[in-house]
Amino acid sequence: MEKLSKTARIYLSIVFIILYAPIFYLIFYSFNSGGTMSSFEGFTLEHYAAVFNDTRLIVIVLNTVIVALLSALISTAIGVLGAIGIVFIRNRKMRNAVLSLNTILIVSPDVIIGASFLILFTMIGIKLGFASVLISHIAFSIPIVVIMVLPKLMEMSDSLIDAATDLGASKRDILTRVILPYIKPGIFAGFFLALTYSLDDFAVTFFVTGNGFATLSVEIYSMARAGITLTINALSALIFLVTLGLVLGYYFFNNRTRLTIRPPGGGN
Amino acid sequence: MPDSKHMEQQAMKNNRTNPFYLIPYYLWIVLFVIAPIALVLYFSFFDIAGNLTLDNYKNFFSSVYLRLTLSSFWYAFLITLISLLVAYPTAYWLTKTKHKQLWLLLIIIPSWINLLLKAYAFIGIFGLYGPANNLLASIGSERLQILFTDFSFIFVSVYIFIPFMVLPIFNSLDRINPALIDASRDLGASSWTTFTRVIFPLAINGVKAGIQVVFIPALSLFVITRLIAGNKVITLGTAIEQQFLVTQNWGMGSTIAVFLILFMIIIMMVTGEKGGTLNGKIK
Amino acid sequence: MKDLIRASLAIIVISGVLMYIVSLLEDTSSAGGGGTINVYNWGEYIDPELVSQFEEETGITVIYETFDSNEAMMTKIEQGGTTYDVAMPSEYAIEKMKESDLLHPIDLNKITNLENIDPYFLDLPFDPGNEYSIPYFWGTVGIAFNPSLLDGQTFESWDDLWDPTLEQEVILVDSAREVIGMGLNSLGYSLNSTDMDELREATDKLKTLGPNVKAIIGDEIVEMMRREEAAVALTWSGQAADMMWINENIDYSVPEEGSNLWFDNMIIPKTADNVDGAHEFINFMLDAEVAAQNADYVGYSTPNQAALELMDPEVTGDERFYPTEEMRERLEVYENLGLEMLGVYNELFLEFKMDMEK
Repeated sequence: MEKLSKTARIYLSIVFIILYAPIFYLIFYSFNSGGTMSSFEGFTLEHYAAVFNDTRLIVIVLNTVIVALLSALISTAIGVLGAIGIVFIRNRKMRNAVLSLNTILIVSPDVIIGASFLILFTMIGIKLGFASVLISHIAFSIPIVVIMVLPKLMEMSDSLIDAATDLGASKRDILTRVILPYIKPGIFAGFFLALTYSLDDFAVTFFVTGNGFATLSVEIYSMARAGITLTINALSALIFLVTLGLVLGYYFFNNRTRLTIRPPGGGN
Repeated sequence: MPDSKHMEQQAMKNNRTNPFYLIPYYLWIVLFVIAPIALVLYFSFFDIAGNLTLDNYKNFFSSVYLRLTLSSFWYAFLITLISLLVAYPTAYWLTKTKHKQLWLLLIIIPSWINLLLKAYAFIGIFGLYGPANNLLASIGSERLQILFTDFSFIFVSVYIFIPFMVLPIFNSLDRINPALIDASRDLGASSWTTFTRVIFPLAINGVKAGIQVVFIPALSLFVITRLIAGNKVITLGTAIEQQFLVTQNWGMGSTIAVFLILFMIIIMMVTGEKGGTLNGKIK
Repeated sequence: MKDLIRASLAIIVISGVLMYIVSLLEDTSSAGGGGTINVYNWGEYIDPELVSQFEEETGITVIYETFDSNEAMMTKIEQGGTTYDVAMPSEYAIEKMKESDLLHPIDLNKITNLENIDPYFLDLPFDPGNEYSIPYFWGTVGIAFNPSLLDGQTFESWDDLWDPTLEQEVILVDSAREVIGMGLNSLGYSLNSTDMDELREATDKLKTLGPNVKAIIGDEIVEMMRREEAAVALTWSGQAADMMWINENIDYSVPEEGSNLWFDNMIIPKTADNVDGAHEFINFMLDAEVAAQNADYVGYSTPNQAALELMDPEVTGDERFYPTEEMRERLEVYENLGLEMLGVYNELFLEFKMDMEK
């Protein structure tokens, strides 16, 4: 492994600083006793106390996480199978058609997706709430997963499958032993992007939610009318720290176990 | 395609099982892609009073909407270009770091914090008395109006799209066999030549995927246009949102959406057809 | 493959645990037992303490949800799939919902506190006899400004916004009828004009305001004015009150050419599940003490006469927010111009945004 040049380090540092600047800004003001995100008056933890006293807010956060995790998981499963299916379509025109259909959802404006899903749900008779939100999130995450997995599948060397077939592997084996391990980074990338889309989505959820079910972004959007309270800042700070902790913890735990099993440098 | 024979064999082998594991995916396409498109297309032929008409299409070619489309494309182009310029070196150097997967996750994490909140943070940061202007003031410059300008709009949009651009590029760069790069160097190629002749072509799929997931969403940004650009920048997305949520003219909103879908198909053909996402096998 | 399965299982287990926690939390928060009602309101448009008080007094659990525009609210109710029991739309939306048969009639016998309401706010043209709606809050559209950032400009007339010294200082609210209406008012036309020539003239005049316009935004106006990022804003009276709450420099004025007078009323959507509960809630909100506390919290003007007597006379005597009847004469209420006209207003507003002089 070559060392990063100085330019590279400076460049990456700047990118990271900018990426995290607004988040640290939010966190900084979560300690503000002044009550707004403009002038810092004094240190307080009252906004954190407010988060834990607000059962409704906690329920909303948990709902947001549940929807994100489940929708990312289900859409990853469907998307990966779909991507494999697309690769094996023989007819090139047909394949491009499916691919275009796939991409349409990613690029459609959220408002249209939201409005058309709303019409769809009411036509089918699904009551608005958890189920409609979950289904919508799965629906708009699937194409993302496909897009993330496809390049890996395309770059996969055919000789790999050849070899497996020659060795007498069943279709099932080829899928679970050859294809899936090979495209795993794509699968994880797809999962994380799906998670991101779900956590971030406001517009679609806004249309398809109802009967008291809310996700964090919808709640924040409606709170915006009177200016966002610093309780939300405190909440974001907590969410940020927990995610960061989980990600770091998961990464290092995984890495250590991996190192003990496999010699270093064994790739992913 | 040298491997087509094999692909066909593979396809035939899989044909028997395809219906099983592909049912959810095709069901999804029918329910959540085809049905909504059909609905949008259907609505686009109705005016606000519910009469069947082509007026919406006529209206789209009026000067307001055409200019709107043009300016929207211009901004989306700038946003995509700058995102690419920022994201490519980031992805490239990230693949060279020691804990590259971890750094990649760290690029993604900021996008898990709610977009609206980050937008509000940017309102504060770019405000007249915010940190950005304090910095300017400390180096003796005048306080500038940063918020509600083209600059702030493009900056924040790029900020939002960076992770979505880095991820696919990182993935394809990461798969490049280091032996190829070594070989190129051994053959006496400069690092620039190695980059343009070996690395860039090998990672082109990632770039294309990145452009796809950034360009059209950039055409339809809408919360940012209000919060950060103060509605001085209007995108097709803003127009659609207005038609659906404010005017309740679903017909006109759908018509704009139909054009957006058309643009998207064109862009996919441009980035996808010639050795693109699917046909461009790297050999 | 193994780690994929392991990761999936982990996610399912985590989601299951979280769902269990949610169900526990929801149990403790809805220990009422007297049924539930779904209230659909604007964001931050009620004192949450009052909701708890209502739950304690009646045993009814309130599920509270918010919307950010009349149109979004109407879409939700119209499409079905929801069971909101009470909502608080503005007057023109009420008229529209009535036309589309989305409203449940209100049994005025059950609203015993209706006598608290100033008769001025009852029996208005958009809902004769208050068959479907009960007043909640009201207000005006005007100009909020910060004299400490200005050189003594005043805003007696809409034309004062065109003052060349106000370059990049004016924020407009992102709403077609308010902005186009301001253009119409400044030319002496009616807010409810449907005359294309007048509308065109108003739009062309608005375009010349371009150099002064800093931004066209929504509720963020309040924060912008509080932080003194801008000196002048076209906004609603309640938002102006919100600004003043934090920044005492700010003042509010309704120009003399006239402006808009608006009402937000409580209604019961046709899709309601618990009509009795909805009546109880509406009646509760009309209680003098409740309404006074709510007006204190929200900052908008209450139509509740009995509540006014309980409130700080400094607030209720403030003619900027409680204009006298004589002042209200110059104000106009929005009429429901029909979808087509609303479309025209929005097209013109879009054109204004696109063609503002830079």
